[in-house]
Amino acid sequence: MHPSHFAAVLLFALFASTVFGITMRDTPRKMFRYGAYCFVLFVGSVIVFSWVMFLIMR
Amino acid sequence: MSTTPNKPATGKQKQQGFVYLPLIAGWLIPGAGHFLLRKWIRGTLIAISIVSMFALGLAMQGKLYTGAQDILGMLGMAGDLGSGLLYFVGRALGLGAQPVQTTVADYGKIFIVVAGLLNIIAAVDAHNLRTGRKS
Repeated sequence: MHPSHFAAVLLFALFASTVFGITMRDTPRKMFRYGAYCFVLFVGSVIVFSWVMFLIMR
Repeated sequence: MSTTPNKPATGKQKQQGFVYLPLIAGWLIPGAGHFLLRKWIRGTLIAISIVSMFALGLAMQGKLYTGAQDILGMLGMAGDLGSGLLYFVGRALGLGAQPVQTTVADYGKIFIVVAGLLNIIAAVDAHNLRTGRKS
């Protein structure tokens, strides 16, 4: 299996955020919100750092 | 005198049994700690996440650490062991034995280590639910 780098990031963020959401909060609503928050931070930080590395490389 | 049982007695009754069972079960089988506590949805989501992450890691040709030659090897081994039976079954089947040669295989290795670390977090969460620290 050879997923693209971005697909690997999305899968990683999805599974890690799911476990973080369930384990770090008490109620289902808070779990979902925290999981979504973690997912956005994972993916967002990857996009930001990817652009930073691209600009450094130029 | 009142014969109604008071709250502390009920609390003690709840604590009976082996308190560390969800912790150990959760470590050995992802989600099992939550299943023991009848948290079916949480357990299912945890099991799907951790087993998928571990399986994807192996599918990406990630390696399972077999020994600790240096500090990084020790940390990787500790992470891998967090997956419990998944790790031992993988080792027994000879999976993840090939050396990492591609970037994707390196991602796979990280997937496997992180699956183990997430499983430890989930097992501790099951223990906290069992002891009443978390609801």
